[in-house]
Amino acid sequence: SKLFSGSQVQFAAPPNSLVSFFDASLPGTLPVLNRRCVEAAVMTGLALNCSINKKSLFDRKHYFYADLPAGYQITQQRVPIAVNGSLSYSLCIDNKMSQMVTKTVRIKQIQLEQDSGKSLHDDVRSQTLVDLNRAGVGLMEVVMEPDMCCGEEAAAAVRELQLILQTLGSSQAVMAEGQLRVDANVSVHHPGEPYGVRTEVKNINSIRFLAKAVDYEIERQIEELESGGTILNETRAFDSKLGCTVPMRDKEGKQDYRFMPEPNLPPLILYNARSLPANMNHQQVVNIDWIHERLPDLPSVKRAKLVEQYGILPEHSFTLLNEAGLTEFFEDVIKQTQMKPKKVIGWILNDLLSYLKQHSLTVKESPVSSFLLADLLNRLEKKEISSTAAKQVFAELWKGEGKTPLEIVKEKKLQLIQDQEDLERICQAVIDGQENEVMAIKSGNRKVLNKLIGLVQRETQGRSNPVLVKQLLEKKLSE
Amino acid sequence: QRCLSLIKSTKFLNAYITVAEETALKQAEESEKRYKRGQPLGVLDGIPIAVKDNFNTAGIETTCASNMLKGYISPYNATVVQKLLDQGAVLLGKTNLDEFAMGSGSTDGVFGPVRNPWSYSRQYKEKSVPKSHSEDKDSNWVITGGSSGGSAAAVSSFTCFAALGSDTGGSTRNPAAHCGVVGLKPTYGLISRHGLIPLVNSMDVPGILTRCVDDAAVVLGSLAGHDPKDSTTIQDNFKPFELSDLTDVSKLSIGIPKEYHAPGLSSEILALWSKAADLFKNAGAKVIEVSLPHTRYSIVCYHVLCTAEVASNMARFDGLEYGHRSDMNKSTESMYAATRREGFNDVVRGRILSGNYFLLKQNYENYFIKAQKVRRLIANDFVKVFGSGVDILLTPTTLSDAIPYMEFIKEDNRTRSAQDDILTQAANMAGLPAINVPTALSERGLPVGLQFIGRSFQEKQLLTVAKWFEKQVKFPMIQLDEHNGNLKQISKP
Repeated sequence: SKLFSGSQVQFAAPPNSLVSFFDASLPGTLPVLNRRCVEAAVMTGLALNCSINKKSLFDRKHYFYADLPAGYQITQQRVPIAVNGSLSYSLCIDNKMSQMVTKTVRIKQIQLEQDSGKSLHDDVRSQTLVDLNRAGVGLMEVVMEPDMCCGEEAAAAVRELQLILQTLGSSQAVMAEGQLRVDANVSVHHPGEPYGVRTEVKNINSIRFLAKAVDYEIERQIEELESGGTILNETRAFDSKLGCTVPMRDKEGKQDYRFMPEPNLPPLILYNARSLPANMNHQQVVNIDWIHERLPDLPSVKRAKLVEQYGILPEHSFTLLNEAGLTEFFEDVIKQTQMKPKKVIGWILNDLLSYLKQHSLTVKESPVSSFLLADLLNRLEKKEISSTAAKQVFAELWKGEGKTPLEIVKEKKLQLIQDQEDLERICQAVIDGQENEVMAIKSGNRKVLNKLIGLVQRETQGRSNPVLVKQLLEKKLSE
Repeated sequence: QRCLSLIKSTKFLNAYITVAEETALKQAEESEKRYKRGQPLGVLDGIPIAVKDNFNTAGIETTCASNMLKGYISPYNATVVQKLLDQGAVLLGKTNLDEFAMGSGSTDGVFGPVRNPWSYSRQYKEKSVPKSHSEDKDSNWVITGGSSGGSAAAVSSFTCFAALGSDTGGSTRNPAAHCGVVGLKPTYGLISRHGLIPLVNSMDVPGILTRCVDDAAVVLGSLAGHDPKDSTTIQDNFKPFELSDLTDVSKLSIGIPKEYHAPGLSSEILALWSKAADLFKNAGAKVIEVSLPHTRYSIVCYHVLCTAEVASNMARFDGLEYGHRSDMNKSTESMYAATRREGFNDVVRGRILSGNYFLLKQNYENYFIKAQKVRRLIANDFVKVFGSGVDILLTPTTLSDAIPYMEFIKEDNRTRSAQDDILTQAANMAGLPAINVPTALSERGLPVGLQFIGRSFQEKQLLTVAKWFEKQVKFPMIQLDEHNGNLKQISKP
């Protein structure tokens, strides 16, 4: 529910259907702090290596706007709940996944505050419609220090933050639904000089656009300065269609928010194991240590565990975690197959994932279940089919017609010839029919062997194991 | 029913803004049924009460005596109102006040000023110099004090048995003193403010106005206690108490703060204060002079903190979600500005402007922060005095008895507030409980009360001492000529 009232929080609910008396700022209503929001903030603070302030305060930030019913927002300006943390994230150098470097951005603070409602401007009828469903929803504002240097870094950092929040459960952090909002502050300066004037870029709706917006703004500022202009300390909006930033109409001028302590909320006191009074149980208060003990594995830990446990490469672990549900799928397949994880990962990342991307599906929506894939991989392992055949089967499975791998293999006659004698016979036949090639091979031209293998494949309609064929041919040729 | 007819016949007092006749009769009916079954809901079942019009009452208009909320019907009951209703009390109506509780006369609301019932008492009429013309008789009426003047007048004129007021700088005790009733300001955090339209969130408390101290204790018992909807109420369990009759005051230590001998204190009240001190001394109590050195800064400090919070609290009145909305619709800003200009009176607007000034970034440190520090000093004055063994402080409540309306309005609201709040204001700064006990009639035949201030959350002790004092002084009953017959029936407990 919301930060200070009992209203529900739900995306795309009918306008003004989730508004309590307090959210509508009816006179006489008072804020009551939501414990879950506090716990979420503490969890996030701990995950970002912050110091959690055992005592934090709430303030009122005043300004008049139609989507702010009370005429002020309750926030934490003086003493926020968490400060001085850090976030580590990884980047690929030169777009090569195999070369990853770790960077850190410092976290200045995390503060709890209220969201405002939404205004929809109807210019045709010169009116504004106000929906207060969002008014009062709890927000955690995570403020980072300017330690990042380009769009890619910003995007990577935010992506990692998103994963962390989703892992903790403190937010679903889906940008498209407004659960994660990012404002970028950008400035440029020559090396060795102090930081330049910064602009704030808003209206960034995806991580991809974040990178674009930051890079555009950097370019724009450099161009502006190099042509002798100056940078204004202003707020700009990112226009995703044009791929550029434009100044936002500065309706307020220099805003004095007239901050004042929120008199209706006593200071927020958090405890740790040491400071917890003897007669209080953890139900009544928020115990930082108790929360710390119950933090789930953060993404970086999860990735390290995957690498260690399955012998996959670090960049593989990134991809696994980046796609919702993919890690679970991978581990499910591992459980059900004898194929080594190092080989399974290839199927997961190259085959499954690319099909999913092609069809814009999530892992949950995959027509191929882990059970089916494991079955297929087992047959491949047992050399019942060749790897080429396996890819064909996979494509067939993708159609989602309910057939099992075995059924598909039978239907398409993809089984590898298991009868060694049969295979020998065919090999012999090919050898017999290709005198020139045989002579070339015997005189040292090994490459021609491939042609023979190819002929065997054709003869068997692709149902021979090329490795085995090669062995047999070589054996025969050396006789 | 008698109360309702009395309300009608005392309409000229202008104590009520809204009379909820239908619902009240219904509530009374239900109450009678319960009594017949032998199942009253509680101590207050069937007792007619009035509520100051800055408390939210579901289904009944709540205006705060302002154009901004004229016609506003709240969808919920304030916690204190709900508690009274849960006990079976009969809600007669909403009483008049200064607009948004800003004022010390109950003269600055849009429904007009409240007249002190004592203006029409035999005691006052006998003492007042008769003017030559008969029409002048009416213009001589005196104010009730404020800002809970309506509630005080309602109780004083027997139209109800108890009333809720609010107290931010003395708004319950001041009119209580002028109207000759008991006015209790509880400790901050004891009674829920949920549903009380705030003036200064860090100082407001719901106030209780009754005809005697015992009644105040009863009402307090129904209202006090933690409310999850109000995060500033204390968590401790509150146990309602009955007041015992104090017989031995020898263990009591009464403090007389010398700074409360304020400039402008009438000699009459000074004498009464002295007499009261002697009363305690003669009964064996220890009466000592104490000092609260920062008292003289409290008014200025209060003005800074009060106006700052007012500016903040009033920000929500923009006409958008509820209340008055101006017809101006050129832009959101112009609508806001017009709505607020039309909806608020000068007093409210003045305080908003001042408050915003003090909250500006460049002024915050010098005014708001400084005032907070001074507030701490004022509160510490009390801590020191109570820590040194003093149990209760005895002070005057007002500087004089009620003055005629025509005289009162010669000075503006701000000046008046600054003058009148001086004796009551510090208790709000420190969050302490305080009570006005009607003491005697002045030379002009008007009530004068004295104030007791107690330790935090020690209402029981405070009220016990107040009750003893009440018994000693035997304050006379108001004699309202026209309705004596009616009154005799109602005023019997």
